[in-house]
Order: sequence, then structure tokens, then C-alpha cells
Amino acid sequence: MIDLTPFWITFKLAVVTTAILFVISVPLARWLAGTRNRFKSLVEAAVSMPLVLPPSVLGFYFLMAFGPSHGIGGFLDRYFDVRLVFSFPGLVLASVIYSLPFMVHPIQSGFAGLSANLAEASYSLGRGKWDTLTKVLLPNIKPSLLTGTVLTFAHTIGEFGVVLMIGGNIPGKTNVLSIAIYDEVEAMNYHNANIYALTLFAVTFAILLTVYFINHRFSILRRL
Amino acid sequence: MIRLSVNMSLNGAQGKMALDVACQIDEGVLSTFYGASGAGKTSFLRLLAGLAVPDRGHIEVGGQVWLDTERKINVPPQERNIGFVFQDYALFPNMTVMGNLEYALGKKGDKKQIDEIALILDLGQFMGQYPATLSGGQKQRVALARALVRRPKLLLLDEPLSALDNDMRSRLQDHILTVHRAFGLTTILVSHDVSEIYKMSDHIFVLDQGHITKEGRPQDLFTDSRISGKFQMPGEILSIEREDIIYVITVLVHNNVVKVVGTKEDIITMRPGDKVLVSSKAFNPIISKMEPLL
Repeated sequence: MIDLTPFWITFKLAVVTTAILFVISVPLARWLAGTRNRFKSLVEAAVSMPLVLPPSVLGFYFLMAFGPSHGIGGFLDRYFDVRLVFSFPGLVLASVIYSLPFMVHPIQSGFAGLSANLAEASYSLGRGKWDTLTKVLLPNIKPSLLTGTVLTFAHTIGEFGVVLMIGGNIPGKTNVLSIAIYDEVEAMNYHNANIYALTLFAVTFAILLTVYFINHRFSILRRL
Repeated sequence: MIRLSVNMSLNGAQGKMALDVACQIDEGVLSTFYGASGAGKTSFLRLLAGLAVPDRGHIEVGGQVWLDTERKINVPPQERNIGFVFQDYALFPNMTVMGNLEYALGKKGDKKQIDEIALILDLGQFMGQYPATLSGGQKQRVALARALVRRPKLLLLDEPLSALDNDMRSRLQDHILTVHRAFGLTTILVSHDVSEIYKMSDHIFVLDQGHITKEGRPQDLFTDSRISGKFQMPGEILSIEREDIIYVITVLVHNNVVKVVGTKEDIITMRPGDKVLVSSKAFNPIISKMEPLL
């Protein structure tokens, strides 16, 4: 009998990670697209690091930082009784960092593609930053928001290295699909591995197909 | 009355430049800031609108202090109640024309203000359309209407007509003059088109390299060769051909190809592609009224 919890954990992780990243990335991307601050390059490099670093590097330092016997992890454990390593919240935190560029980059280029005058026109019409963001800027970069959201979702579903290092593969808690496949293969349960793998394959393909299809429609609509 | 003195360093196309402007503008007047591109005209408007902050400065409009860097006063653009028309129109692409106007009006505003301005600027037939489906002139009218929906006292126009053809331009100049008078606005127009400025302004400031070099009424300022008994039209040489003892120089003036006769001495320094000035005495040209085509 196939265990269904990896589906649920994977889905939950992807939803929570994507939601958190959306909230973080919109202001971050807006700042990056508009700033002339000299630290901009530094922040951009930091955001892009997960694209090039092996997940195990991130996972390793995450373990070091948040393990209960070290620095921040020890502090959290002692005073707040929070343990991020080998737990679902830890998994979420690691995924948020690991998927950051997939959300920030599309939204940043969306903002950068808008005329700076749009925001200023809105200010000159007496509207504040919140109205300007939610009623003028975000509605005009819908394709970028969609791309960012979906790429982040799909990327989180496909995560392996970081999740393995941080989550520790605890059944029912941190055992996501990608790791479940690995386990099943190790246990020679090729049938189960195939079901997990095929599902992941189909779901990610469907998600990406949807994004490209919708963005294609957007670009046609814009040309009208 | 607008009293203003600002100082700001700009990073322009020709490197660093100091914008250092002090002036007074009377209420109800249409003033123009005239100057080459890069002279600091747009930056000046942005400072006045509160979209940029000068290094040092003081801006007072109708007795109200909008900016005083020494007293750390800086009224945000939202509270300055200005109408700003951008060079690229900056209409919100996600909203219809009506949507753009309603956004400007806000929830508390009176819808009648939209109807009134739409009537003056003749927007009725495309209220439901999106900006992407409008022509340049229509977009410009919408941008003007949007800037006026909140009934600002001060209207700032950043080269609003530079992207339009001559016919449309002239009609929109009339529209701007109409609303300027109808709403008793103090209007500040930025432009580098001499004919536009001459037609529209009550008062002109000439801005060069970030400084006001001249100011005055148009008829006083343009008393040099520009409006004397002489026509001067800038053009570009297309070709130079020899015919017997003279040379025929073909010049592109605006959209007209004109042939001008020159001597050997004239053409020594001239080459196709050179910018030239074609001038003529005022008693020379023949003037006749054009029959309307439509």
C-alpha cells in the first residue's frame, strides 16, 4: 500500500513556501528594481546564490546555524523551545531561502519593465504607496507575478538536497515526495517509486504548461 | 504666487550638472520653461511636484510652504494637489479611460467633475476603452483630463505634445489653453518648441545648463532674428549638385524637400548631412490661404 503523506507534506510545503515568498519578494523586488543604492549588487548576488550553490552547501550551513547545539539554533531551543532542524517549520525556512530567486527575479524584471512614471503619476494624483502598489503596479505585472508564483511552487515541489539535509527524512513530518522516491528505490519498491515519480512529473509539467499558456494569452491580449 | 529657489546636482547625459533655479511665478499665468534637452526642465518640474527632493531649497505656493530643506519641511506629492502630465502620458494600462479618471478622483470625489472634464476634452466616445487602444492625441487628452479631475490649482506639463504630429499638436494646444482659462489654473509648461511657446505662454523662462538665463514675455524675448522680418528654418542637406556655374543644394526642411541655389563659395564647407539654416527676407515669400482638404 502506498503511503500518501508525502503528497500532503510536499503540497503543504510548496503552498506555505510560495505564500511566504510572495509576501517577501514583492517589496524586495520593488526595491531592487528601483534602487540606486550601492549595496544593490550585494543583495542581488545574495538572492541569486541558491541558483548556483549545491543545495547541500545551504543545507550544511543551515544545520550548523540552527542545530540545537549551535549559535542561533541553541538560542531558539533554550529560550523559545523552537527547533528548526528536522521539523516542518525548518523545512519551510530552508525552502524559502532556497527558492527566493525563483520568486524575486521574475517580479523584479516585471517592475523594471514598468515606466517609473506610472508610480509617480499615481502619487501626483494623491494616492499613497499601498494604493499605487496594489491598484497600479501589481495589476500591470500579472504575468511576472504568475511566473514567479508558479516557478516557486514547482521548484519547491522538486526540492531534494536541502530538504534531505534539514528535514532529515522523518516520515509524516518532513518526508516529501522527492525523498520518498529515493527511499522507495533504495528499498527496491520500484512500483511505489514509479507512482511518486510519475505524479511529480505530471504535476510539474502541467503547472509549467499552464504558466506558459497563460502568459502567452497575456502577451496576445497586450498586443491588441 | 509661487516662490521657489532650489539647488540640486543632477547626473545628466553630459555628466554632472547643477540645477540652480530661483524664480517667482504669478497665479493664473501660463509660464513656459524653454531649453534644450538636458537643461534640467523635467527635473525642475519634478522638484515642484515633490517627485524629487533638491539638496537645498525652498518652495512656497500660495503662501503655503511645500519645501524647506533647512526647516526639514517636505510636503509629499500626494498632498501638494498638483496635476502632472507626463511626457509618456503614464496612463494606467490596466484601467479603462473611465477607470483612470475614477482612480484620480478617489472614492470621495464627485463624479460630476469627471463628466465636466470629459465634456470639455471630448472624451465621451472612448470612456470604456483601454489606453493601449487609443491614439497619441487621445492618450494625451486623457492624461490631461486625469491630471485635472482633482481640480488642482497648479498644472505641470512635461513636454506633453512632443510626440504628436503638427495638426494634433495645434488642437491640443487649444485644449490646454481652454482648460487653463476654464479652471483658472496656474500652468507650467516645459517645451523646446518655439512656436508652441510663442502661442501659449504668458511668461517664459529660458533654462540653460540648469540656470535661468532669460525671462520675460514672449514678445519681448523673441525680438531677435527669430521673429524679425526674416524666415529661418533649420534643415539638413540631402545633396549638392552642380548645374553650369551654380550649385543646387537640396535641403530637407521639416517634411519638405527644398532646392536652394548656392555659389561655389557657399558649398566649400557644406556636405550632405550637414545641418543648415535656410533663411529668407519676409518680403520674398509668397503667402496664400490653404483650402481645407476635408
